[in-house]
Amino acid sequence: MSTNPVIHISNVKKVYTMGTNKVFALRGVDLTVGAGEMIAVMGSSGSGKSTLMNILGCLDVPTEGSYELDGIRVDGLNRNQLADLRNQKLGFVFQGFNLLSRTSALDNVELPLLYDRSGRKLDTRALATESLRRVGLGDRLDHQPSELSGGQQQRVAIARALVTSPKLLLADEPTGNLDSHMTVEVMALFQELNDQGITVLLVTHEPDVAQYAKRIVEVRDGRILRDHPVVDRRDAAADLATLNAAGPDADVAVLEEAA
Amino acid sequence: MKQTTLIKVASQSILKNKMRTLLTMLGIVIGVGAVIVMVAVGNGAQTMIKQQISSLGTNLIIVMPGSGVMGGANQGAGTFNKLTVADAEKLKREGTMLSAVSPVVSTRTQVIGGSGNWRTSINGVSTDFLAIRDWSVTSGAFFDDADVKAGRKIAVIGATVATNLFPGTDPVGAQIQIGHVPFTITGVLAAKGQNAGGQDQDDVVLVPYSTAQNRLSGNVRIGQILASATNADDIAAAQEEIKGIMRESHRLQGADDDFTVRNQTEIAQAATSTTKVMSGLLAAIASISLLVGGIGIMNIMLVSVTERTREIGIRMAIGARGSDVLTQFLVESVAMSVLGGLVGLAAGYGGAALLGHITGWTTSTPPSAVAIAVGFSAAVGVFFGFYPARKAAGLNPIQALRYE
Repeated sequence: MSTNPVIHISNVKKVYTMGTNKVFALRGVDLTVGAGEMIAVMGSSGSGKSTLMNILGCLDVPTEGSYELDGIRVDGLNRNQLADLRNQKLGFVFQGFNLLSRTSALDNVELPLLYDRSGRKLDTRALATESLRRVGLGDRLDHQPSELSGGQQQRVAIARALVTSPKLLLADEPTGNLDSHMTVEVMALFQELNDQGITVLLVTHEPDVAQYAKRIVEVRDGRILRDHPVVDRRDAAADLATLNAAGPDADVAVLEEAA
Repeated sequence: MKQTTLIKVASQSILKNKMRTLLTMLGIVIGVGAVIVMVAVGNGAQTMIKQQISSLGTNLIIVMPGSGVMGGANQGAGTFNKLTVADAEKLKREGTMLSAVSPVVSTRTQVIGGSGNWRTSINGVSTDFLAIRDWSVTSGAFFDDADVKAGRKIAVIGATVATNLFPGTDPVGAQIQIGHVPFTITGVLAAKGQNAGGQDQDDVVLVPYSTAQNRLSGNVRIGQILASATNADDIAAAQEEIKGIMRESHRLQGADDDFTVRNQTEIAQAATSTTKVMSGLLAAIASISLLVGGIGIMNIMLVSVTERTREIGIRMAIGARGSDVLTQFLVESVAMSVLGGLVGLAAGYGGAALLGHITGWTTSTPPSAVAIAVGFSAAVGVFFGFYPARKAAGLNPIQALRYE
């Protein structure tokens, strides 16, 4: 494995021009994320965390500053190079799941492999099946998104993000559309994957969810306000066990009591 | 993306909206079908006209009386008829490029015999006539040179005359009266059908020209001389040869021709150029519906791109390049249009056959129509699919992902 940090950005600025107005979405951000970290980016809407997420996700390029992803300079790459980078290095998990409707879980998970341009020979079916097993959906391969619960859909999305063995798992409000129980379920999966060595960066505005990470970065007004390790890190697997023991009608209150 | 996966992805999204796909394809089906039917009709008409022209005779050349000027006014063809049997005989003797020559002495009169009477054309001809007109006798026999020489009163009747005067019986050996002269029927001509002008070629009685001149028309001049060129490629040369011989025969030194020589190609050209214009026009009108079908595809693809903006965003986020998205949408529109083209091809063939069956028109679809139909529908798919596909490929992934 390379010794490069997974993410290294320095003095990243992003300016949007809206008519005559200039909007400074990011005003100079420095961030380094090492391999094996689980980091939560927090901030209210308008803080610039979405812009940061888009730049880290190679969906957008900074106006100024440099970005290295796994040792590769990202700023200055063209659309096609960015697309290839997203395919090879990143796995995306979105708030709204963003699965292809009327398409089986297996086909959804297989999708990133179909855009692989590295030229290696891949058994896409086997890799997709393996990835779905890893998120605990080995028995739901042929189910369509509409036949799955929100939590299960998000697990399919995580399987899709994992299938290319990315350097970084980027999750944008992954629990925003889920109820408490499913939230804990999904966070347990993220923690499990992180324990297996996968670097996870999640964007959230829920402090509860951020507590499952190892490190929290708070963004405000286009700058990093605070960057600190998590004390009292929560264990989602344990929380899940508590919830399950309390029965189907239990909610987060149980967790709060337990904590 | 591999080709097989591309096709798989395209067919998946085409099948997701079955009804919409069917309706979109319908535009192309109708367009291609209409083009095929129209080409079949136009082509059939041309084939029919060619058949009819060739039914006039093999490599036919016609010598007609020339025009004349009377007091400054041109009186048109046939004013001064100077054609004689001697001309025909000279052509027969001296024409090196002519395989057959026959004078034609025409008159129209009442024919009485069998079960009634019938007004028809009486043509006095030589034994070469059958070869020139590529005609044959179904029953009995044609007259021979000896009959012509002797001016015997024998006749060979056309199929229409036979069915009108002798319904259900074989007229060979029967007596008929042409004008006031009794003739013996020696044969019946095979049915030939209508000519290019719509005239019934079977409504005719053939007699030796000598008999016709002596007994029926009483005129030494003959209406026309028919000749057959030995070789189809030499028709023009044979025509020149005829002109030379005729000028010699009429002793025209320096004077204008007093006859006209025409060949069947000239007649055929006039007829086919008309049908060509007609079938071209029909195909042009039909291809408008193909165009409309193409616009239908473009319309649906644009709707589809808008509707699937999010899907495009997802694909881009997980690593699809713009070119991948472009190809996917192009493959979809081409698949739809080619599929529509194939169905339209089948529908066109069926439609042409049905139309031919109902109207009795000759329809013939050239084999190249298959290639043209498939090629054109693919071209329509690419042409009208390109704009929506490019629009999809140019989407910004961030905005596409946010699209509701």
